[in-house]
Amino acid sequence: MARIDLEHIRHAYGEKPKSEADYALKEVHHQWNDGGAYALLGPSGCGKTTLLNIISGLLQPSEGRILFDGKDVTNLPTQARNIAQVFQFPVVYDTMTVYDNLAFPLRNRGVPEAEIDRRVREIIEMTDLGGWARRKARGLTADQKQKISLGRGLVRNDVNAILFDEPLTVIDPHMKWQLRSQLKKLHRQFGFTMVYVTHDQTEALTFADKVVVMYDGQIVQIGTPAELFERPSHTFVGYFIGSPGMNVLPAAIDGDRVRIGEETIGLDHAPKIAAGARTELGIRPEFVRLGREGMPVSIRKVEDIGRQKIVRADFAGKPIAIVVPEDGEIPAEPRVAFDPAAINIYADSWRVGSKEAGR
Amino acid sequence: MNKTWNNKAWFMVLPVLVLVAFSAAIPLMTVVNYSVQDTFGNNQFFWAGTAWFEDVLESDRFWEALGRNLMFSGIILAIEIPLGILIALNMPKKGIGVPVCLVLMALPLLIPWNVVGTIWQVFGRVDIGLLGRGLAALGINYNYVNNVFDAWATLIVMDVWHWTSLVVLLCYAGLVSIPEAYYQAAKIDGASRWAVFRYIQLPKMKRVLLIAFLLRFMDSFMIYTEPFVVTGGGPGNSTTFLSIDLVKMAIGQFDLGPAAAMSIIYFLIILLLSWIFYTVMTSGDETA
Repeated sequence: MARIDLEHIRHAYGEKPKSEADYALKEVHHQWNDGGAYALLGPSGCGKTTLLNIISGLLQPSEGRILFDGKDVTNLPTQARNIAQVFQFPVVYDTMTVYDNLAFPLRNRGVPEAEIDRRVREIIEMTDLGGWARRKARGLTADQKQKISLGRGLVRNDVNAILFDEPLTVIDPHMKWQLRSQLKKLHRQFGFTMVYVTHDQTEALTFADKVVVMYDGQIVQIGTPAELFERPSHTFVGYFIGSPGMNVLPAAIDGDRVRIGEETIGLDHAPKIAAGARTELGIRPEFVRLGREGMPVSIRKVEDIGRQKIVRADFAGKPIAIVVPEDGEIPAEPRVAFDPAAINIYADSWRVGSKEAGR
Repeated sequence: MNKTWNNKAWFMVLPVLVLVAFSAAIPLMTVVNYSVQDTFGNNQFFWAGTAWFEDVLESDRFWEALGRNLMFSGIILAIEIPLGILIALNMPKKGIGVPVCLVLMALPLLIPWNVVGTIWQVFGRVDIGLLGRGLAALGINYNYVNNVFDAWATLIVMDVWHWTSLVVLLCYAGLVSIPEAYYQAAKIDGASRWAVFRYIQLPKMKRVLLIAFLLRFMDSFMIYTEPFVVTGGGPGNSTTFLSIDLVKMAIGQFDLGPAAAMSIIYFLIILLLSWIFYTVMTSGDETA
C-alpha cells in the first residue's frame, strides 16, 4: 500500500496541445494518502477516467510526475506499478475457471504454486465465491465477474492501490448495495489505498472518506461528503451534489450585504471580491425557509417526493428550489428566508472564503 | 382467445418455394433420378437400384481422388488458419494503415476463380512465367506440368495466396471487437504476449475461426476451377480431385449414372464432415 502523489499532472490526447481547451486533464496536483478511500466524482467526459488511467500507467501524462511513496513511477509501465484496476465492464478470462482467473496474476509473476493456492483460497473465501471456484468464468453473472476482477487485484500482496472505474455500472441495483458494503468491509480489513471513479453521487458519498469532484478536466473540490454539501467551493459542486442541486442566483455584493433583484440580504461577514468579478449567491434548497416572513416568492409547482416536498418557485425573477418537510405548510402569500450560515458567495464560480478558508 | 386462421398466408412463401424448387430441389432430384437408373440412349431408362453407388464405392479411382481431396484440404487448412491468425494479429488497429491493409487483403478475394487459375498457370510456366523462369534461374528444377510435387506445391501456394485473406479478415473482425479493457487488465495482471493471445484473443476469435475453418474446408474440398485451369488434374491423375474426376466422368465419358451416384456421395461427405467439425468445435461451449 502506498501514498500516491500527483505532481502537476496535465494530459492532452492530441499530439500538440495548443490551448488550455486541448487538455482533457488540466493541472492536477494532489496527494492520495496511504489507505484512503477516495471517490472521483464528475460528469462524463470530465477527465476522471483519464486521471485514473494515468495513475495505473495505462496512459502517460503529457506533463507532470507521479510518485508512489516518494518513488517516481511516471515512466514505469503498468505491470511494474503494482496497481490493481477494476473496469466498468467486468473483465474475466472466459476460458479459465474462477480459481485460475484469480491465480492468473500470481502465475504470471512466477509465485510458487503452493503460495498461489493459499492466497487464491483466501480470496475465494473473502469474496463469497466458494461454490464457484471450479466453474468456468464464462457463465457467471455480472456481479460475480466483477468480484473476480476485484479478486485478481486483492490476490496480489504487493498492490499499491486498487483503482475502480465505475465498477457498478452493469450491476443490478439490489446487488450494487451489497457489493458496495462488501467492498467497504474489505477496505477496512486490508487498508489498501482505493480510488473509485463514478458519476453517481450516492455511490461516491456513501463510499469514500474523501470525495474528489472533477469538472471540465480539473479538480474543483476535495472534501468529505459534509463539506461538499455545506461548503461547495465551486458552483458546479453545488449543482452536481445534492438533489435538487444548490440554488445559484446572480447577486451584487456590497460590503456585508447582498442584493438580488429588488431584495437585499444581510451576510454574517463581508466577502472580499476582486473588482469586476461575476458574483453569485448559492444556497441549498434545504436551507431556504418557506413561511409568512421574509422575501416574497411566487410558487410555480410543488413536487411531492414522499419524505419531503420540493417547491419550485420564482424569486426575484429567478427560479429557485425549496425543500419543505412533508407536513410543512405552504402559505397563500409565500415568503422565503435564507439561513445566513448556509449562504455561500461565489466570484467567477469559485467560492469566496468566509471564516473557513475556501479554496 | 380466438386466433384467426387464414391459410392465404401460405401464398406469401410460394415465391421462395418456387425459387428453391428450381434452384435446388429439382436439379438435385434429377441427379438422384440418374443415380438409380441406367440408360442405353433414346431416353429409355432402366431401374438400376444401388448398383452405381456400389460401383463408385468399390472403385479405386474414387477413393484415390477422395484421399487427394482430404490431403489438399488438410494442408491448406494447416497453412491458412495459423497464417491468417498471425497476419490478423499484426495488422494495425487504427490509423491510415487499416483501410490500406483491408483493401490489400480483400483484393485476392475479388478475383474470379478461373482468373486466379490462369494467373498462376502463366506465372508458373517454365517458358514464359516469372515464377517458372525465376526458379529455373536460381537453379531449382521446377515444372508443374510433369512433376507431382511441383504441381501440388503450385496449387497449395495458389490457394494460400487466394484465400488466406478470408481467414485474416474474419480474425481481424474478431480481434477488433475485443474491448480495450481486456488488454489493460492483462497488462495489470502482468500477462505475457503469449498469455494475452491464449486467454483473451484466441477465445474471442473462436467463433469467427470456426466460420473460417468451415468455409475454407468446404470450399477447398469442392475445389475445381483452379486445378482444372492450372494442371488439368495432372500430371497423371496426381491432382485429380473428386470434382475434376466427377466432371470427367459426367461430361467426358457421359457416364451419367455413376457420376450422379458419385455427386450424391460427394455431397454427403461434405455435409457429414462439416457437421462433425461443427459439433466438435462447438461442443466446448456447453461444458461451462
